[in-house]
Amino acid sequence: MTRIINKKPSRFVRLMLGLLPFLLLIALYMAASQTRLADNPNDKLLPAMSSFVEAINRMAFEPSKRSGEYLMLADTVASLTRLALGVGISALVALMVGVANGMVPFVRAPLSPLVTAISLIPPMAILPILFIVFGLGELSKVMLIIIGICPIMIRDLQLRTDALPNEQILKAQTLGASSWQTIIAVVIPQILPKLIEAVRLTLGSAWLFLIAAEAIAATEGLGYRIFLIRRYLAMDVILPYVLWISVLAFVMDWLLRKLSVHAFSWYHKTQGDA
Amino acid sequence: MLKLIKSPLRTLAVAATIVSASALSIVSAQADDKPTYKLAWTIYVGWMPWDYGAASGIVDKWADKYDINIEVVQVNDYIESINQYTAGGFDATVMTNMDALTIPAASGVDSTALIVGDFSNGNDGVVLKGDKALADIKGEKVNLVELSVSHYLLARALESVDLKERDIKVENTSDADLVAAFTTKDVTAVTTWNPLLSEIVAMPDTNMVFDSSKIPGEIIDLLVVNTDTLKQDPKLGKALTGAWYEIMATMSGDDEAAMKARAFMAEASGTDLAGYDAQLASTKMFYQPQDAVDFTNSATLKSTMAKVAEFSHHHGLLGEGAPDASFIGIETPSGVYGDSSNVKLRFTAEYMDMAAEGKL
Repeated sequence: MTRIINKKPSRFVRLMLGLLPFLLLIALYMAASQTRLADNPNDKLLPAMSSFVEAINRMAFEPSKRSGEYLMLADTVASLTRLALGVGISALVALMVGVANGMVPFVRAPLSPLVTAISLIPPMAILPILFIVFGLGELSKVMLIIIGICPIMIRDLQLRTDALPNEQILKAQTLGASSWQTIIAVVIPQILPKLIEAVRLTLGSAWLFLIAAEAIAATEGLGYRIFLIRRYLAMDVILPYVLWISVLAFVMDWLLRKLSVHAFSWYHKTQGDA
Repeated sequence: MLKLIKSPLRTLAVAATIVSASALSIVSAQADDKPTYKLAWTIYVGWMPWDYGAASGIVDKWADKYDINIEVVQVNDYIESINQYTAGGFDATVMTNMDALTIPAASGVDSTALIVGDFSNGNDGVVLKGDKALADIKGEKVNLVELSVSHYLLARALESVDLKERDIKVENTSDADLVAAFTTKDVTAVTTWNPLLSEIVAMPDTNMVFDSSKIPGEIIDLLVVNTDTLKQDPKLGKALTGAWYEIMATMSGDDEAAMKARAFMAEASGTDLAGYDAQLASTKMFYQPQDAVDFTNSATLKSTMAKVAEFSHHHGLLGEGAPDASFIGIETPSGVYGDSSNVKLRFTAEYMDMAAEGKL
């Protein structure tokens, strides 16, 4: 007897079924937008698709009347720079502190409770303090990302380091490796793919903190633009920007995955996904 | 077998009766119900009276008089309240003249400024750190809520010393964080409004170099009502205007009732009576409906709105479909500014006039 749980769609059907919800959403949006626009042709809440095309064209391919910049490009560069700095520094710190915490009891004893405590503070709650300490410039935006994601990454890597089989560490030592050599040759290579995983998992939060920081004080950036034009309900720009952020986030995640599979194929074989 | 069917059937019948009965009761409740209108307000010195009006029962009293319901809702975020109004979530909302033009009117929502409540007469200001004059602002970075009335005030300030916006650098900063931001080293100039302004001016080594009293009557606080709603039910306009001037009469003066009313508003806006009175001092409140009528009828209002429209167009606030500043028509008693076939913002003295003549 054929059962639904045993039936598998063909590749084509799977693709179509995957697209279906998106098409339905777009159709739903267009219907709602048309109803509102029929009521009021200047309605800004649910703009027509043509307004999106116009808005994207204006933001991406025409220089701004005021500054002569290509706004979407300038915003994207500004935001990605902040994000890359914040995530990059966090990853580097997390790797160093996480591995040290996991491997050296004398580092773990003072640092681990501190990291745990910091990771429990909601970064948005201490924003005014961040401003006063780091100023309103680029530094505070990058710092917000770092404070937001770094402690969690450290805790993750500490646990992963701790979970490495003790036999490996002992074996390296019986072969004459020093503490330093054990960490460099045995621990770090195994932790690197986990670091990439940690980065992928925290990217979502990193974006959140980036947009929040840009909403508060900025002169350019994707989050800045959205919060600025929110003042006059320009959904024709906001929605494409949101879509663009999702695309950027997806591409970053995909690139990290590819990098990980490429550089650490042995790891992904053990995970069964390479 | 029959028994087995019977009991679910009975359950179904009972359920159906309950559902239809409650549906009927909802319908009948709506049938004899009065129309309900929603008014949104946000915290600002000139808008606190609405909170007092709702709490003291004055709004309900006037709503009853005209046989309608008025729901007064506080919204925490000012822009959000205007966006909600624009999307149709509220029938009436408080906002400034510039926001009324750039948000609902530019979105095609025909709006009427029913009550001209006050204008900022020092409530908005440009502050520099150190012993400096306005002209020293050249080359500085100015933190402000971009595209707000602060931005407009700054543009007017720069104009007064022959500077252009490109002579300075504008940094968008959330109003919630402006005061904290001002304590940091890299912030040297801000433009903001009260109560933030008084917090900032109270800090040492600050200098307020320009304020809205130098451009009196240009930053106006309004009660804006959806024009279609108002046309369909003028009672809404009458009830709101009647309530407003009763609140005005209650809160002005120095008798005990007025002190009590102002103390209530002070507490609701997070300050004390002295603090609130200080804010009122830099606000030109139109306590008398006749003052508001004269202000609305004067030709100055039209030229002010022309300035605001030009500023808004220059900053892209009228939407991209707008070829020039006069794309949206603004109707004032002294004439229409801009495209008279696309009037989306209307100033009217009609209802305030009724209040002045005691006809409400």
